[in-house]
Amino acid sequence: MPSFSLVHLEFLGWAAMWTLGLSAIAFIGGGLVGFAVALMRISPFRGVRYAAIVYIQVVQGTPLLILLFLIYFGIAIVGFQEVPALIAAGIGLTIYSSGFLAEIWRGCLESVPKTQWEAAECLALTPWQRMTRVILPQAMRIATPPTVGFLVQIVKNTSLASVVGFVELAQAGKLINNSIFEPFTVFMVVAAIYFAICFPLSTWSRRLERKLNVSRR
Amino acid sequence: MSAVVKLSNVHKSFGTNKVLDGVSFEVGRGEVAAVIGQSGSGKSTALRCINALETIDGGTIDVCGHAVHDAKLDRRSLRRDVGIVFQSYNLFPHLTAEQNIMLAPTCVKKKSKAEARELAHDVLRRVGLAEKADHFPEQLSGGQQQRVAIARSLAMQPKLMLFDEVTSALDPQLTGEVLKVMEDLARGGMTMILVTHEMAFARKVASQVVYMHKGKVWETGPGSMLDKPKTAELADFVGSGL
Repeated sequence: MPSFSLVHLEFLGWAAMWTLGLSAIAFIGGGLVGFAVALMRISPFRGVRYAAIVYIQVVQGTPLLILLFLIYFGIAIVGFQEVPALIAAGIGLTIYSSGFLAEIWRGCLESVPKTQWEAAECLALTPWQRMTRVILPQAMRIATPPTVGFLVQIVKNTSLASVVGFVELAQAGKLINNSIFEPFTVFMVVAAIYFAICFPLSTWSRRLERKLNVSRR
Repeated sequence: MSAVVKLSNVHKSFGTNKVLDGVSFEVGRGEVAAVIGQSGSGKSTALRCINALETIDGGTIDVCGHAVHDAKLDRRSLRRDVGIVFQSYNLFPHLTAEQNIMLAPTCVKKKSKAEARELAHDVLRRVGLAEKADHFPEQLSGGQQQRVAIARSLAMQPKLMLFDEVTSALDPQLTGEVLKVMEDLARGGMTMILVTHEMAFARKVASQVVYMHKGKVWETGPGSMLDKPKTAELADFVGSGL
């Protein structure tokens, strides 16, 4: 039986690229949807606000695994015979991240003091100008550390995409182990690669947090 | 003298708490009205109603030709005419003094950057802070921040300025520098309504004093009315040393 070699490491490196790609899709897609939902969540219209609350609660209350199954098989039922795993995993992770980012960002928007909203309003700014020129610049500073922190969750959770047959880092590790049966070596390497991706992100998040606490500017 | 602001029988409740109970008063062009009264007398709420920051339950408010009580009120158009300065300054912390002032003229009045900058320096000079243009709010003292906030309002060339207890968060020395700016404004003919605890200032600068008590206008008259109150409540209030 062959043992763990450079070929396997290369395969894992290639799979890690897919993990990064899927993370990027989840973050960008989840960010766009999540931002829209965050705005809906603080809308003056009650119906819009409730729709956002329901969305957030449902997404946060559904295990990502189940979400991925639902989308993978759900799309097939709707009529598309063969759903590419990347699409199913991308949609699933986008929905998952949007539910959490919406809630994180809502908190950040609301933590900009109400008096700032009032001051902007009293200067006759339009709601759009108020958001882009006054509220967002302040909210983004507050939002950066928790957002980067959540990025780590996204990276780790892409491993669940293996259940719909997507070959990312975790799935690649499983495939290699099936052929050479050296679980400890293989999964140690897999874990090390995850760590190499996530550790810089956590460090960055912590550094941002510290910087923000020291100077409010 | 035409009325710039006219409140008639204004009612406003927060839940079951009646805050304004039939408030009426008028402020003419170039007049300085000082609204005084205990905490909870409704004076700040009255001021916020004038700027449509609060909606009223009954009565009418006319401000510079805008029917503020009307559900179809164009708030942005009202706020181009009315400037407001708050107790907590409310400068935008991510912008410098100059940028704070330039924001509304560029966004709302579509002035060019250069025009707005010139305007910013002009109003900063008027409040005595020309050299602080590039400072962020956190680098300024409370009194300086409040003067920048006044300058920010002034830059929109309002027809009416509202001051909501603008010196209440300041120590006596800083209070003085802010009051001086307001006095200059009053001399310059600006129509102003100020909610204040500064009795000496009200007596000296105000052309009209409005004493509010329990959500009603209790007494109104020139600054000298503070020396010979007609009602026991005002006598009490003046006598309490506020």
